[in-house]
Amino acid sequence: MAEAAENLVVTENPEDEQQYLTFIMSGEEYGVDILAVQEIRGWEAPTLIPNSPSFIRGVINLRGTIVPIMDLRLRFGLSETSYTATTVVIILKFESELGERVLGIVVDAVSDVYTIANEDARKPPELTEDENSDFIKGLVNVSEKMVILLNVEQLLNLHLQGLSEKSINH
Amino acid sequence: MSVDLSQFHQIFFEESFEGLDVMESELLEMDLNNVNDETVNTIFRAAHSIKGGAGTFGFMSVSEFTHVVETLLDEIRSGQRSMQANFVDLFLQSVDCLRAMLSDMQGGHEHEAERPAQLRKEFEVILNKDTPIEETTASVGTGGQGWLIDMRPHTDLLLTGNEPFRMFREIRDIVGDEFLTVIAHCDDIPEFSSLNPEECFLHWELKITKDVELEEIKAVFEWVEDECDLTYTSLSNDDKTNVVVVGDYSAEDSTNTSINASTPEDDIAAANTVEAQESINQTVSDSSVKAVKPAKKQAKKQAESSSIRVSIDKVDSLINMVGELVITQSMLGELGNDFDLSRLAKLQEGLSQLEQNTRELQESVMKIRMMPISFAFSRFPRLVRDLGNQLDKKVNLVTLGEQTELDKTVMEKISDPLVHLVRNSMDHGLETTPERIAAGKKEVGTITLNAYHQGGNIVIEVNDDGAGLNEEKILRKAIEKKLVPEKNNLTPEDIHQLVFLPGFSTADAVSDISGRGVGMDVVRKNIQALNGTIEVRSQRNVGSKFIIRLPLTLAILDGQLVQVCNETYIFPLVSIVESIQIKRSSLNHVTGSQYVMQLRDDYIPIVRLDETFGLREPDNSSENLMLVVVEGDSEKIGIVVDDLLGQQQVVIKSLEQNYKKVPGISGATILGDGTVALIIDISSIDKNIKPMKKSAHRSERAA
Repeated sequence: MAEAAENLVVTENPEDEQQYLTFIMSGEEYGVDILAVQEIRGWEAPTLIPNSPSFIRGVINLRGTIVPIMDLRLRFGLSETSYTATTVVIILKFESELGERVLGIVVDAVSDVYTIANEDARKPPELTEDENSDFIKGLVNVSEKMVILLNVEQLLNLHLQGLSEKSINH
Repeated sequence: MSVDLSQFHQIFFEESFEGLDVMESELLEMDLNNVNDETVNTIFRAAHSIKGGAGTFGFMSVSEFTHVVETLLDEIRSGQRSMQANFVDLFLQSVDCLRAMLSDMQGGHEHEAERPAQLRKEFEVILNKDTPIEETTASVGTGGQGWLIDMRPHTDLLLTGNEPFRMFREIRDIVGDEFLTVIAHCDDIPEFSSLNPEECFLHWELKITKDVELEEIKAVFEWVEDECDLTYTSLSNDDKTNVVVVGDYSAEDSTNTSINASTPEDDIAAANTVEAQESINQTVSDSSVKAVKPAKKQAKKQAESSSIRVSIDKVDSLINMVGELVITQSMLGELGNDFDLSRLAKLQEGLSQLEQNTRELQESVMKIRMMPISFAFSRFPRLVRDLGNQLDKKVNLVTLGEQTELDKTVMEKISDPLVHLVRNSMDHGLETTPERIAAGKKEVGTITLNAYHQGGNIVIEVNDDGAGLNEEKILRKAIEKKLVPEKNNLTPEDIHQLVFLPGFSTADAVSDISGRGVGMDVVRKNIQALNGTIEVRSQRNVGSKFIIRLPLTLAILDGQLVQVCNETYIFPLVSIVESIQIKRSSLNHVTGSQYVMQLRDDYIPIVRLDETFGLREPDNSSENLMLVVVEGDSEKIGIVVDDLLGQQQVVIKSLEQNYKKVPGISGATILGDGTVALIIDISSIDKNIKPMKKSAHRSERAA
């Protein structure tokens, strides 16, 4: 596996590989497509949105744009932790059905940038009916460590679609 | 020709719609007894540009149709016919028809061919009736043994980048060298001293001694049809009966055309310059076009409104301001590089300069979106004319303050309510001619549209000198429809306001103009959606006046900042009726968590923002509460807040852009300290309380 990981870096066709920014939450490493990352910011207290689900922490002013902030820990059902100096907000910008969207996600810390060949990303096992697995694009091993690659578009789409039901379930 | 013409289509459509607007307004202003040459010329030029553009882009149906229109216009222009009332009607119909054709093409779907064909027929009937010249429709056919082509270019042919020899060469390629004879005539060449080398003084005679399709030859000259007079004569007939004329002038005219013909072309060139200058004046063509388009084009409209034309002055001033901002920034940057307290004064000076720059910049940017209200007013002459005919009422429309500027979005949204008001005034307000005479009034009724600025608002008045509102009738109807109790002591002013109630109509008969009772309440709703207000003043037999007040722009709102649980929210100032301090004991618990309070004579429902927004458990400790009384959809609501902060203008930002619509919230804004504050949506807050509360409670329980 370590070999495979090294091979990835030298893959010749750049179209078959993607760079991922990874971050840490509860000891797990997650990756998002680096092209969707607009910037990384420190945590700042957002403005609450009334009657929003708990994982939507509120909105912030990002140079004149109103950007919702989602706590990914809460979104994934992990335990809530207090925000520290290393807590960061990753601002993601991507195309969705409704046009270009910007979303901030709160994570524990930013880790690394990997180049990963698309073919090395495995499909996640269909373990549960849990809707959270829809966010997962694939699993990949990098230096003996498993990285969970996230589907950025799904992250926002899901929270927009069934918001009302979810706010009841959570 | 690898240029993709489709990239210019949008510009062509915009220009054509502008041209149609020009034609329409000139036609409406035309005084039949005293037709101004310049007016006819303006209409002709507009039609001509549309025809040219349509031809270039291959919209043949448009160019063919416009050609017929243009032919009649040309005869009027050259004095062969005089303008008649039925021509004006026909031209107006053609304008409508062209507008429909163009907007269909713009939307990329087929247009109906019936109406243009029908109108064309009408034109042809007129044109053929006592036609002074032999009217020609392009005859397809062969010329027996060949063709004799007389080509008389206008002097500016070469200026438009056309080279006759290339066309001759092209014809040679079609017919073959041995069948083509070209004779150049130099008799028009002036004295050497007055010779302009850039102008064309030659004319040519082309003799084709081969049996070819005329269409094929014509195609060569397609691009220069308007720049020269072409006469095609079939060689099989020596007596010139089979003459096909293409171009502005007939065969009979063609001897003296060279000079004459160049004048209209110059006019057009001049007109183009004028148009270019006019377009510098801020023109947003599509909105005024939109105004007259039928409602079924709704979906397409949105795509259209995405562009705006801005005067170059405004852009220049923006560039200047940005330049100044850059200077200020570099000055401050330098100051910051080695700063000590002795330079504090300089820093403060720089900061105040920065503040001024920023404010000016903000104002200029806002101005970009502003356009004169004449864009909304421009549709009314036509509307009033058509309605006047339909209702058989003589109406004079007066528009004032057309240069008053307001935001483009507001303008688009105010057009429909204005149309409604004007229709109402014409139908209900103005009396019929006999009634007016009986009342001792002038036979011609007057409707006045007036716009002016007042404070941070724009005020639009729709005024008529009709019968005024009939208070007894309104009251009777209102009681009949159980909109007011039978026993009341309403003042005449109160009664006037009843016309805004839903389901109200005083018209005795429902007409297709108004009277279905879905009128004024919709008007009021639309205006309220723009954060505006409408009121009516009326006097019996003198007239009535509807006064609309609107904020200048939708992007900025006058807000009242309030505090609830350390969160700042903003109320639109226009909807606040009053703010009072109340005792907790004055709240009455009705059912569940619903409270009402007696405010003077009314019981008003109470909304507790902290509870509604799920900010905290209801806090019942403090005895004094701050209550903001707002007026939503004609109903007063009291909203409990913790504290009132300042009032300020806020820039409205979209919450939906990156998130989604939140019930009770209309948008967000950024406060002076850079934090986000949410703007309360008054009209939805009361309606959404109940469902919101339920889900909030359930979510709390479930969590």
